Amino acid sequence: MADSRYRHLDFLRSSLSVVLYPIHYVAALPSRLSRAVDGRLATETDLRERNSLLERDNLVLRGRMQTFAALEAENRRLRDLLGSSFKLRDRVLVAKLLEVALDPYRQQVLVDKGSSSGLFVGQPVLDADAVMGQVVRTSLLTATVLLITDAAHSLPVQINRNGLRTVATGSGLINRLTLLHLPKNADVRLGDLLVTSGLGGVFPPGYPVARITEVRDDPGSPFATVIAEPTARLDRSHEVLLVWTLDAPATAAANDSGDGADDRATAPSGRVAEAAGGRR
Amino acid sequence: MTNETLLRGGTLVILGTLIVALLLTTLPMPHWAADYQPQWVALVLVFWAMSLPQRIGVFWGFGAGIVLDVISGSVLGQHALGLSVVCYLAVELHQRILPFPPWQQALSVWLLLLVERLLSLWILGATGQPTPSLGYWVPTFVGALVWPWMFVLMRGLRERFGF
Repeated sequence: MADSRYRHLDFLRSSLSVVLYPIHYVAALPSRLSRAVDGRLATETDLRERNSLLERDNLVLRGRMQTFAALEAENRRLRDLLGSSFKLRDRVLVAKLLEVALDPYRQQVLVDKGSSSGLFVGQPVLDADAVMGQVVRTSLLTATVLLITDAAHSLPVQINRNGLRTVATGSGLINRLTLLHLPKNADVRLGDLLVTSGLGGVFPPGYPVARITEVRDDPGSPFATVIAEPTARLDRSHEVLLVWTLDAPATAAANDSGDGADDRATAPSGRVAEAAGGRR
Repeated sequence: MTNETLLRGGTLVILGTLIVALLLTTLPMPHWAADYQPQWVALVLVFWAMSLPQRIGVFWGFGAGIVLDVISGSVLGQHALGLSVVCYLAVELHQRILPFPPWQQALSVWLLLLVERLLSLWILGATGQPTPSLGYWVPTFVGALVWPWMFVLMRGLRERFGF
């Protein structure tokens, strides 16, 4: 009980989990092996097909990036005019999921990077599509990530279409978030995209979180029942991105007009890819 | 001297079985099978607590429970509480359970597994987790079905190492 409320036992837990790392490692071996064998057995046509697919994706994304640099610079200038501080540049680290079965009644995953790679408690975790969760425990070699769908997790979001702010709370089911305390006349529609609002200070603003799948109006309850489905592939990703938000001071940010927007690369082998915010 | 080495050997075997049980617990399972995963650690602890009641008791249960909590990322003490109670009950009841043939022991072992599950559920509730579905109780049945085979296997192991 005390463990869930206080931090005194963290040291015990993290040191124990370093000692117990071999068990996690061995338990994750079978799936790692099967993936390796899969990789060896892939046929040439398969690989060619994937390659062309990735090339096409890459082309599309680069096309979008061309306008991104200009837009970003413009956005910074405008924000600077408004005098609001601006966080955009993020440092990213790729980590692999350790495929082990954790407590099946909580939504948690284990990643293979720990405090020795600089992870900290409260760090946001993304996958390729959206926000996945945040780091809740770190040990030297591993870290536990609480997914946004855990019943103990809530994150501040806003609706991308109209900026309506609300809180998305986990439900304990992997494909379900609920938005609490939305009035019945709130402007919420099916298919609306929720993005992080940046309030609360844990998640950087602007990352996609979920899509509204159900808006119901129960006559008995004082608020509308709004249910959303996370856009992150919470139960299917093998790799996650760990994010450090770098604070780019507003005055300096306006001067360098977004050069180096395309140096934000993530190293495939899980090394830190430094995308320093134009302040090299 | 011989007595001491025997004791040490036995301890190693017990630790080995516990580690195997932990591995089985953390081994990733396909989705449909995840609900049928028996409580391996509880089963192994019940076996040792009933066969060596003077050596394996509440403290072993507590230690194994803490380790299991760290490994599975649950609240520290969630499994420790349940497993200590189960170990205590197993030590208390071993004289009433062991004389029966393994398939009849399974019934009593099922009750012990149920106690562990119940205490775990209580902690889940106390920490604000949602109540799990009825699938939560399935592992106890699987555990009871596994028990006779496991009992024979572990007894063989124990005779083989002679302690």
